[in-house]
Amino acid sequence: MTGKGKRVFIYLIWILLSVCTLFPIYWLFLVSARSRIELFDSPTFFQTTFYIKNFTRPLLNDIYGSYIFNSVIIATGNTILVMVCAIFATYALSRYRFKGANNIFFWTITNRMAPAAAFMFPIFLLYSRVLVIGDISFFDTHIGMILVYCLFNLPFSIWLLKGIVDGIPISIDEAARIDGASTLGIVWRIVVPLSAPGIAISSVLSWIFAWNEYLFAAALTSSDARTITTGLAEFVTIVGTNWGEMAAVALVSVLPALLFLGFVQKYIIAGITFGAVRE
Amino acid sequence: MKSTRTAWLFMMPTLVILVFIGLVPFIYVLYIGFFDWNLFSKIRGMSWAGLNNYRKLVFDSDFNASLGRGALFTVLTVSIEMVLGILLANLLMMKIKGIKFFRAIHSLPLTVAPIAIGAAWRLMTLPGLGPVPYYLQKIGFDFNIGRYAQQAFFTTVIMDIWHWTPFITLAFLAGLSSLPKSPFESAMVDGANRWQIQLHITLPLLKPVILTVLFLRIMDALRIVDEVWMLTGGGPGTATRYIGIHIWRVVFPKTDYGYGSAMSVIVLYFTIVLTWLLITSVSQSRKEVAK
Repeated sequence: MTGKGKRVFIYLIWILLSVCTLFPIYWLFLVSARSRIELFDSPTFFQTTFYIKNFTRPLLNDIYGSYIFNSVIIATGNTILVMVCAIFATYALSRYRFKGANNIFFWTITNRMAPAAAFMFPIFLLYSRVLVIGDISFFDTHIGMILVYCLFNLPFSIWLLKGIVDGIPISIDEAARIDGASTLGIVWRIVVPLSAPGIAISSVLSWIFAWNEYLFAAALTSSDARTITTGLAEFVTIVGTNWGEMAAVALVSVLPALLFLGFVQKYIIAGITFGAVRE
Repeated sequence: MKSTRTAWLFMMPTLVILVFIGLVPFIYVLYIGFFDWNLFSKIRGMSWAGLNNYRKLVFDSDFNASLGRGALFTVLTVSIEMVLGILLANLLMMKIKGIKFFRAIHSLPLTVAPIAIGAAWRLMTLPGLGPVPYYLQKIGFDFNIGRYAQQAFFTTVIMDIWHWTPFITLAFLAGLSSLPKSPFESAMVDGANRWQIQLHITLPLLKPVILTVLFLRIMDALRIVDEVWMLTGGGPGTATRYIGIHIWRVVFPKTDYGYGSAMSVIVLYFTIVLTWLLITSVSQSRKEVAK
């Protein structure tokens, strides 16, 4: 094959694969734009009208608005907590030679592999039966969910940030120390600004992960801290499901990932494979 | 001399959180697994059961069936995804304009909520609504994953392939483009043919990537819940009730905590073995590559 022919061929494959990848999401959009009556017709792949009620009814008049609110609170709270902990931990792991530092780093990272299906039981019991004082427990609270997602997001962020903080020359720290900066000052004025891109990326990925998670949210919440993903799953158990509304809620739950896709896509593969694969 | 006390102080929040949410539940689940603790049993509290829960597991046909089903699902999806992903990566190994755009589209399935993916696939395969049954009907094929077990099983397999093949393609594209040039050049000079180069140079150099992707995929496929739950609800019957769904939908609502914990320990055991395999084999093959 000539160079030009090959190029066209490769474009065709990419386009074909992209259509396959995008189609289910596109279908979600089509269903969300159609009224019940339209959905009874034979399926078509184009849409000119938009049935806004699929969005407004569940989000404004039903409980799904508060589910979204809960998801935002939990994902944002988790991201802030994770970032504060991760920055300090990364600095300690990167700059100090203390006993067992490597083992601690390694143990921290392995937490990311924890299967939700197996941790569901013990965390549910701890939250709802063991760590209970009177009426107060972690079960069905925002703080409980914020803590649970640290299990995945904290190891991930420490791993991602460590590569970056390791790359900041120690001489900068030392120069600042001679100028009279405290250790906290060094972290705040030097490490944080210099690793800002890494902090931004791990924040966004942590946020998206917390937003997307389903199993823990379903097991550890009942009403007050229910998230959008659990709300979406509840659609299926309702008799006579309103598919248009389900598609609308699903589409809303996909939005954050769509918005930040361009920003994080370069780091997703490295993130999933713990840097075994780098670009 | 820097004080290690500052280091420990900085590590403290992380350690406290991870001990609380990682280590304590881990030990706690091992502990509970040795007890009878069932909200509906005569004795309300916990009572020592020794290995009884584990003994029961061996004869629990539902549990074993879900494990077997999950294993079949894992073998099918992971092998198809690996072959497809590697083939596509080899095919697409060419610098073209707009590759960033295509890569962004391909990382979409990796960033959206799995539960929404399940919703999308359900809407595509729903009889009377989705295009899949509609067009299959036209060629005379009765497609209904709410009714036919095999169709439901293979639909979950296809959905997983849709979900994860882009990941493998992108991982190998990244791996291939980061390979050093010199071994290939010297092999060309020595007159090696394309297959010899693939077999003796590309493959060994890519071994860390292959192993990482393989073990991560096995781990994830074994514990799949979200999308399958959304697509089929584990049905029809038990056709797509993989181990995670079994624990979540069958064992968890029964509030049989001791038994559920024993089951969780089995899942944890698989995870630990796979993680260990992942870490040792990757670090070993990295050393080989470094030589």
